[in-house]
Amino acid sequence: MNWFMPFGRRKSASVARERLQILLTHERGAGDHEDLIPVLREEVLAAVAKHVPVDVDKVQVKIERGKAVSLLEIDIELPCDAQPAKRRAVARRATRSQRVAVSQAH
Amino acid sequence: MAQVVVVTSGKGGVGKTTTTAALGAALAQTGQRVAVVDFDVGLRNLDLVLGAERRVVYDLIYVSQGNVKLSQALIRDKRLETLYLLAASQTRDKDALTDEGVAKVMGELRESFDWIICDSPAGIERGATLAMRHADIAVVVTNPEVSSVRDSDRIVGLLDAKTDMAARGERMEKHLLLTRYDPVRAGRGDMLNVDDVIDILSLPLLGIIPESEEVLRASNLGAPVTISNTKSAPARAYSDAAQRLMGEDVPMVFPSDRSGLFGKLFGRRAA
Repeated sequence: MNWFMPFGRRKSASVARERLQILLTHERGAGDHEDLIPVLREEVLAAVAKHVPVDVDKVQVKIERGKAVSLLEIDIELPCDAQPAKRRAVARRATRSQRVAVSQAH
Repeated sequence: MAQVVVVTSGKGGVGKTTTTAALGAALAQTGQRVAVVDFDVGLRNLDLVLGAERRVVYDLIYVSQGNVKLSQALIRDKRLETLYLLAASQTRDKDALTDEGVAKVMGELRESFDWIICDSPAGIERGATLAMRHADIAVVVTNPEVSSVRDSDRIVGLLDAKTDMAARGERMEKHLLLTRYDPVRAGRGDMLNVDDVIDILSLPLLGIIPESEEVLRASNLGAPVTISNTKSAPARAYSDAAQRLMGEDVPMVFPSDRSGLFGKLFGRRAA
């Protein structure tokens, strides 16, 4: 932050103002469609989970409303060893030796 | 015609009850007939701030359920003869307050008063939505502090969605009352200043109440600050705000304007 105020600490009130402006823009946007974000989150999660295992806590849905364009941002973090759910299902049914083979294939 | 004002904030402890008492007394001092109504069922305090705590017999819930007449529950202030209190119940559950019951009481109050000032509980639950439901005007009490500003913004959203006016497709008149304002800290950039809060909330300013020891002194004594020390900075700020509610064009006094050169030079304290 010192890039903006090279000769001293940035005033806390201006940090507060900036944080509030960002936060409230976000919260007001959501207010128009109060249920939109949780609904999108559920449905997107269900769609992705059909094919790739997903950690529920690692999904973020954000809407930024601008004057001309709004931006819908969906952020899903996949685990490193993510593999198609079908494979997983197959693996679960497989014998121990076969399971090793599947994991080696990756 | 009667005006119903809700004093609300979302966040607790920002000065709703102090404001209800101070504005109510200031309006009554001009001869207007005023009823202040406590909606904080289970945590009533307006009676205490007004110094009427030992005179409460019946309350809002008794009247709303039709057990007693409104006139039996209204407590007339001992100092101002046009100021009346309708207390909240301290022992009942907040669910005892129904939509129809409150509508009935508000209708009756409108017939006999010029101003009905509803002191909302903190939060966004039933008590808070019932307090705002029948209002014509909202006074949004905000401290220059991030959590208070955020909660006020949320309350503004509810005022535009969950009130009778909103249901009729009308837009409620909303005013910002900035309380506990410290002009010295704001001037140093250590506290959100008046313009910051107005910009963020986009509400017209009803008044700026400076942080002052007079407010605590008044509540210790059980008197609205506009009665206990009429010359004090918060009392004058509240009286000006009351005039503005009545539609008068009173110039806004910024708390820092009141400190003289001496104060500016030698370690000023809040007004």
